[in-house]
Amino acid sequence: MGQSNMKEIAIVAYQQSDCVSDAGAANEVELIIPVLGKVFEQVGITNAQDVDFVCSGSCDYLQGAAFAFVMGVDALGAVPPIKESHVEMDAAWALYESMLKIRMGHAESALIYGFGKSSPGELPNVLSQQLDPYYLAPLWVDTISLAAMQARLMLDQGLITERDMAEVVARSRRNAQGNPHAQLGGDVSAEDVLAQQTYVSPLRKADICPVSDGASAVVIATVEKAREWGVPYAVISGIDHCIETHNLGVRDLTDSISTRRAAANAGVGDGRVDVAELYAPFSHQEIILSRALELGEDTRVNPSGGVLAGNLMMASGLSRIGEVFNRIVAGEAQRGVAHATSGPCLQHNLVTVLEKGETA
Amino acid sequence: MSQPDVLHQAFELGFTYTRSTGPVVGRFLTELKKRNIVGIKASDGRVIVPPMEYDPDTAEELGEFVEVGQQGEIVSFAWVREPRAAHPFDRPFAWAMIKLDGADVPMVHCVAAEAESDVATGARVQAVWADEPRGFITDIRCFELV
Repeated sequence: MGQSNMKEIAIVAYQQSDCVSDAGAANEVELIIPVLGKVFEQVGITNAQDVDFVCSGSCDYLQGAAFAFVMGVDALGAVPPIKESHVEMDAAWALYESMLKIRMGHAESALIYGFGKSSPGELPNVLSQQLDPYYLAPLWVDTISLAAMQARLMLDQGLITERDMAEVVARSRRNAQGNPHAQLGGDVSAEDVLAQQTYVSPLRKADICPVSDGASAVVIATVEKAREWGVPYAVISGIDHCIETHNLGVRDLTDSISTRRAAANAGVGDGRVDVAELYAPFSHQEIILSRALELGEDTRVNPSGGVLAGNLMMASGLSRIGEVFNRIVAGEAQRGVAHATSGPCLQHNLVTVLEKGETA
Repeated sequence: MSQPDVLHQAFELGFTYTRSTGPVVGRFLTELKKRNIVGIKASDGRVIVPPMEYDPDTAEELGEFVEVGQQGEIVSFAWVREPRAAHPFDRPFAWAMIKLDGADVPMVHCVAAEAESDVATGARVQAVWADEPRGFITDIRCFELV
């Protein structure tokens, strides 16, 4: 959706927890509360009562219980009653819903949070049960294996090399050294990665994002409200999402058509892209996405390290938006693109364009 | 005061309803019971296996079934060195996208093989049936190299 004749909406706060491989006894509410406290502090508000709308993203499959997401509301202090919603998706889509809420004139500000504690289960198996219930889920084909077949299609067609994939991993690990919330940072070379044996061939463990527990939160508001709060902000100049069929066999897995469409609708190509944060859970997918978004040499891709350095299921997409916001308010970028994905082999993709606000 | 008897009741967790798989998925699964594999013609004439209820591009309702072969070609594969407990094999195996003879798009299933080096893109495979097909995708136990 474009911005013409509509109130501009901006990101005003962002916080992500550390990505940890096992949060231990901490429950989801305990993962959420600290990040909410941080975004409230950034905006200078007290609690969820001070925003007009709240929307969260999480996955009941991770907790293994229907309506498990309702527990997340305990982190809000929802008395007196608040206007609240939830998406069974990455919280980047909760941000999309919140934008619609503001566009409809029902809110001036919104709190968005996503959370996931993936460590208690075997995540690739859990995700396999979200696939086609008749043709795929009964086989227990896991998400890593599906991505591995996607990578092989690209390797076989000469669209990438294993070295290209290893370079993505090496850059991710190097960038993650500057991200205090990352799980896997380090001085790793492409040679180091290529020296690893394959895990689910052709993928090596390093090509696959780690399993992480944690949460992230964002506050958005109309630009008027952001000015009233007197906080730095980044304007959301475009946002759109597109989905492809659930049948992997009929998709072109070597490209991301849905990302291309969403990017065109969000206006990615209308200006320079200084920074891009891409939700690529597998190294080869970062290459697919960079190509689909037509990013050039002058774009810094995943300066946070991206999700190969730590992947908070249901929050990583929201975090990509937050990471671009951070670069813009830090003055490192004027304009950036954030991408979120959902489903096997990049089935569903959301693209957000952020730009420096006038007084940011 | 005597201790009350502890009440016991047998309980089996289950769904108290059955669900129809419909005329398309149901037809495919019923054919599996007879050890047949059927696909469906998409709006553009491509044969999709397993069949889809609606065309992925035009959303048109589909209904023209086509029987396809039980052999096909590996389009891509992933070699699983360390199978998970949920996986269909307890030894290394491959997941593969397999384009069956007479089909235009690949389906995902597993391939039994001794070693990764035995599997290749373009390799020919053949469906291996379960002893007693029940109308599930797992009636095709796996594919094996031919």
